[in-house]
Amino acid sequence: MKRVTALALFALSFFTFTGCGSESNNKAGGGGEPGEAEITIYSGRSKELVGPIIKAYALATKSNVTVKYFSNSSELVNTLKSEGDKTAADVYWLQDVAALGQLAKDGHAGKIPDSVLKNVPKQLQSSTGHWIGTSGRARVLAYNTEKVKPADLPKSVFDLTDSRWKGQVGWAPGNGSFQAFLTGMRLVHGDDKAEAWLKGMIANEAKPYPKNTPIVAALGEGEITLGIPNHYYLLRKKAENPDFPVNQTFFADGDIGNMFLVAGIGITKTAKNADSAAKFINFVNSKEVAEKFVTNKKHFEYPLAKGLKTNDNLQAQDKLEAVAPKVELDKLSDLAGTKALLKKVGL
Amino acid sequence: MLIIDASRADASVLTDVVFRWRNLVLLGKTLGLTVSVLIVVTLLALPLAWLTTRSNLYAARFWTILCVMPLAIPGYLMAFTLLSFGGRFGMLNTLFGIHIPRIQGYWGALIALSMYLLPYMFLNLRVGFQRMDPALEEAGRSLGCSRSHVFFRITLPQLKPAFAAGALLVTLHVIGDLGVVSLMRFDTFTYSIYQEYMGFDALSKTYAACLSLMLIAMTIGLLILDLYFLRGLRIDSVRNAPIRKCPPTRHKGWFFASFALLLIIVLVGLILPVLNIAHWTWRWEADIPDQTVFTEVFSSLASSLKASIPAALFAVILATPIAFLAMRYPSKLTRSCQQSAYVGYAIPAVAFGYSLIVLFSQHVNALYQTIYLLIFAYVIHFLAEALGPIRSSLFLATKRLEDASRSLGRSRFSTFIHVTLPLLRPGLIVGMAFVFLSAMKELPLTLLLSPIGYETLAWQVWSYADNTSYAKAAPHALAILVFSAGFVWLLLMRGPEKSR
Repeated sequence: MKRVTALALFALSFFTFTGCGSESNNKAGGGGEPGEAEITIYSGRSKELVGPIIKAYALATKSNVTVKYFSNSSELVNTLKSEGDKTAADVYWLQDVAALGQLAKDGHAGKIPDSVLKNVPKQLQSSTGHWIGTSGRARVLAYNTEKVKPADLPKSVFDLTDSRWKGQVGWAPGNGSFQAFLTGMRLVHGDDKAEAWLKGMIANEAKPYPKNTPIVAALGEGEITLGIPNHYYLLRKKAENPDFPVNQTFFADGDIGNMFLVAGIGITKTAKNADSAAKFINFVNSKEVAEKFVTNKKHFEYPLAKGLKTNDNLQAQDKLEAVAPKVELDKLSDLAGTKALLKKVGL
Repeated sequence: MLIIDASRADASVLTDVVFRWRNLVLLGKTLGLTVSVLIVVTLLALPLAWLTTRSNLYAARFWTILCVMPLAIPGYLMAFTLLSFGGRFGMLNTLFGIHIPRIQGYWGALIALSMYLLPYMFLNLRVGFQRMDPALEEAGRSLGCSRSHVFFRITLPQLKPAFAAGALLVTLHVIGDLGVVSLMRFDTFTYSIYQEYMGFDALSKTYAACLSLMLIAMTIGLLILDLYFLRGLRIDSVRNAPIRKCPPTRHKGWFFASFALLLIIVLVGLILPVLNIAHWTWRWEADIPDQTVFTEVFSSLASSLKASIPAALFAVILATPIAFLAMRYPSKLTRSCQQSAYVGYAIPAVAFGYSLIVLFSQHVNALYQTIYLLIFAYVIHFLAEALGPIRSSLFLATKRLEDASRSLGRSRFSTFIHVTLPLLRPGLIVGMAFVFLSAMKELPLTLLLSPIGYETLAWQVWSYADNTSYAKAAPHALAILVFSAGFVWLLLMRGPEKSR
């Protein structure tokens, strides 16, 4: 008994000790005299990717920035919705357009000042001025190079329902980017055609994965022949292992399977320090930072600012404009409709 | 909370949602996985517990500690390990040139969950064996029963409460697991609930709420089964069991069999994950972390401990009276109090987390996004893990000793403190260890409820591994492992055996 008590006392004292000691540890602060007002960021993007940018801002402006990271964008949106007006967040940074649109629709998003909006091309921001894009990614066709020749690849995402690919295609119906793509398909080709495609894919025994990374891994193992992930997962894999037997390409020019999507950032309606938040967003979209996105070894995303040198592994941006279908990003917010469709077909 | 969400739907939608074919498939898959994990875990844990408490196994304590160690390995890490073990680009092929298919799906989930849950059953059964009075078995033998007869008719029935507690924990863990099944791509109720929660539309939320309620109903069914299983069981003894240790059984004959069993468990459950972490570090030389990683590991370790240690203490403090009252003063109230702790364990972490977010951010804002809320959530969520071992100890602590103490003039409270509590010690210690280790590894609640900028070791491992920065995840994973292992060791050293 004595030992248990001793252990308990030790633990309690440890608790109080550390409780006093490490308050300031988690702030990406510049220290010294504060320049900008403190801001709180909710990030649906990973710490490894955006952490350095946030730190750079804190250092440059000598201000305190606190960040809460979420495991994905949906979790962030759900949390903001649950917290409502009581949220501590000034800025939210999300992975996909549907989540951004959702926050605007539910009235949790504040307006971004025009002085910030004007720095970003019109097609890469919300038409209502609630969010702006920060970096881009493309949907691609990835394939195992040992199982299929480039010439035999399907030319459209609709050809994936062909019986030639029975049980050979990997997809991630639960993934945010996939759902944004599906929303785009509904927008361009109509609900009926999207539903027929989904049913065709199911009938063709397409293999569902929880997200993109396992699709690429399964492609490498030869468990599947084709997959439709975002472009950067394979590039990361190739950087580790150049002999990885997977390649990726686009479908025919303008095919909906080549959709271009963005991650984006916005200010909450209840932001206490909206001015500093706007300053932060401007910083994120500055050229130096955009370059950091591209040169970061781990993240091969497309910068949105024009005229940047791009990573060698990325298809040149001008080519991207030719292959990507014309879809207004702002209209991709009908995620509910897409979810309902997925549910209807049993996914 | 859930009921409100669910009741927002109209009746037709509700019947549509509840009576879907898919639900039946989910139910079948969830139960199938649960039953198979339970079988595997029991078949492994029973001989292990026997070997380490009742046989002349060489270095029994060493093996005990090794077999408990997998408790320190988060389930998702175990799943990552199995996934990166087989296959063409897996560890086995890159290191040794042996090509096996990737371990995933049902089998992957089964192996990962069994390895990760084995210690729960093992420790419960161990407590059961240790607290058993050898006199009964001796009486059986002296009356002419064979060894196996004694084992099946006398020893096993005495293990019932320990088995029930272990089985309940294992079952609830499998049902509530998210990390392993999502990585292994095996659909269960909890996985579907999570996916539904991640949709924003009203229908998803309703569906998630309905699924959660169905899951809770299933858990209540299990709990009733558990009560039925233990009804009328009395295995206490006037003699205070630890006074005399069971004489060790010699088992020279199958020395190799038992050794092989131990070796396999330690290899798969412990060495493999550690090897995997080492392999991560070695393969990505390019991102080998610099010096700053030590400060990062240290501050995350402090964060982890700050929440886990108080959570373990409070969980045990709360669980002891609940278990005691339910056992000694059985009434509808005390029983349902105990059983509701188990239900809390089965509520999916996401659903629980969001309910707390709404409740605290709107009504108790002063505590919202503080460490106190996180500790509170851990205590409520993991209470069942502390209850199990305490309950099985209580089964063995005889009421007659308490009666004697009362008749000698001690008050009820004094009796509880001076007579009952010391008898409960092994259970208290194991309960505390369970909660502590679970809190160290916990992810979904930590992600949702932690203070802004609060990053635990488990958080770091997940965050880096999710980005495939395995080399950076490795030191954090190692820190969880080393620290939890140290804790387990400390507890076992200071634990039950010392009093002998």
